[in-house]
Amino acid sequence: MIKKFFKCVRSLNLNCVSLLAILPLFAFTVMFVIGPLIYMLVLSFLQRGEVWGVVNRFTFKNYIDILEPVYLKTFIESFKLALTTTTIIVLVGYPFGYFMAKLDAKWKKRMMLLIFVPFWTSSLIRLYGWIIIFRANGLLDRVLMALNITDAPLKLLYTYPAVVVGMVYVLLPFMILAVYSSAEKLDWSLVEAARDLGANSLQAFMTITLKLTLPGLLSGVVLTFIPSMGLFFIADILGGNKVVLVGNLIQEQLMKAHNWPFAAALSVILMILTSLMIYIYRRISNVRELEGLI
Amino acid sequence: MKNNSRLEKFYLGFMLAMMYLPIIVVIIYSFNSSRISSVWEGFSLKWYRELLRDKSMFDAAKNSIVLAVSSSILAAIIGTLAAVGMPNVNFRGKGVMEYISTLPIMIPEIILGMVFLTYFALIGLPFGMLTLVIAHTSFCIPYIYMLVKARLVGIDKSLAEAARDLGASEIRVFFDITLPLILPAILSGMLLSFAMSLDDVVISIFVTGVNTNTLPIKIYTQLKTGVTPKINALSTLMLGATLLIYLLSSWLGKQGYHKEN
Repeated sequence: MIKKFFKCVRSLNLNCVSLLAILPLFAFTVMFVIGPLIYMLVLSFLQRGEVWGVVNRFTFKNYIDILEPVYLKTFIESFKLALTTTTIIVLVGYPFGYFMAKLDAKWKKRMMLLIFVPFWTSSLIRLYGWIIIFRANGLLDRVLMALNITDAPLKLLYTYPAVVVGMVYVLLPFMILAVYSSAEKLDWSLVEAARDLGANSLQAFMTITLKLTLPGLLSGVVLTFIPSMGLFFIADILGGNKVVLVGNLIQEQLMKAHNWPFAAALSVILMILTSLMIYIYRRISNVRELEGLI
Repeated sequence: MKNNSRLEKFYLGFMLAMMYLPIIVVIIYSFNSSRISSVWEGFSLKWYRELLRDKSMFDAAKNSIVLAVSSSILAAIIGTLAAVGMPNVNFRGKGVMEYISTLPIMIPEIILGMVFLTYFALIGLPFGMLTLVIAHTSFCIPYIYMLVKARLVGIDKSLAEAARDLGASEIRVFFDITLPLILPAILSGMLLSFAMSLDDVVISIFVTGVNTNTLPIKIYTQLKTGVTPKINALSTLMLGATLLIYLLSSWLGKQGYHKEN
């Protein structure tokens, strides 16, 4: 076997060289992707040590613990927040991507550049901007009070709405790009044909445009819903300790409570939910790769 | 039908303004001489001066750059080789392996951070730059792999075949024909990786050691504890750097596009 391998390598034909070329990725994937994921699964069935570490004893306790009301509530809260965030992003981002696809080529390019700049800048820095805006007696309070809309500071920082704004803000570009990439391919003559046949603009939109941009919309939903379950630092920075998500719970169990098996069990459940969403998405839209991911 | 109404244009403009609002706020307040960020007390460069005096910031910046450079180079090598080799091999489970190797950008970052932390502890790797590079390489590879793969599809296969017919070895074909053609994709993938690595906070927090800070970790801890306007100055500088990287990568993309036509 090994002899055959070396003979193959020395012969330098296409198949052998190619096999050699994919070897690093293969090794890396086995060691640093499959390995860690399998260990997560194993860990989730082990017991935590008295003070620190892990005891190699099989147990279902970690999964049973998740069913405790406190933790179950966190899952439900996370799900609600992810749902709220995704709904707002659909309502705001879909029109944006759709309108953008209607621009002429020159403006399309400019818009892409304009969207990518914030997308590329550190999300922490952009969230910091929101802190300055939301802070008690900060920019927003001052503007609102100067315009006599409110007469006392709103103190929006460290509230639920602030977290929602932060989530929507960070994840919106994913939806825009996903919707744009499928609306861009839209054959506009179909819409015109529908109009010529007597459909009003709403009917034409519902039967033609929405249907044809659905893959983009769905991939946008996946790309925003999944991260919003785990983006613990947004809840941390903009929500103080008031908003606790699955992500925060995992981080807390890892770094503070040092209950690694429980953190692993939480991750396994989150991972299953995530995979389920991607699976459903693939079944509905019949595409293999998420549109607009790159 | 295909033209945008005035209302639609207004919407696009308004949303863009909202996207830039927090960024502009950060930049403006980095020049504020007041310590309290909500009060404007006049233009000053004092936070930039203080930033330059802070040695721990320099260390964090150095770490961030070393990390981003090494993980994007490592990912470029692994990702490019695999993307070039993959179409020529067939084995059972190839599709599954391709899928698993892109998992690091599909699963929530928190899970990736969690599995790396526990796994590195299990195999006894010392937490620090090494663990950071491995973790960052894992989520950089998929970007390079996908970009190069997409680029390879558009390449005329007869070029490589002609070289082979003329007696070039596979290694020669790769360096003389394939590599120059996919270079733009590799470079833009590397820049994307560089930016992603420079920005990452979630995974870094989990896999870093006690003494290895990166800039995002530093900003994160400051945002959680107490913010000094130094962070504004740092953020503004980082914004400038990312903008530069972005412009460079889109310029590279254009170069590749022109060559093709």
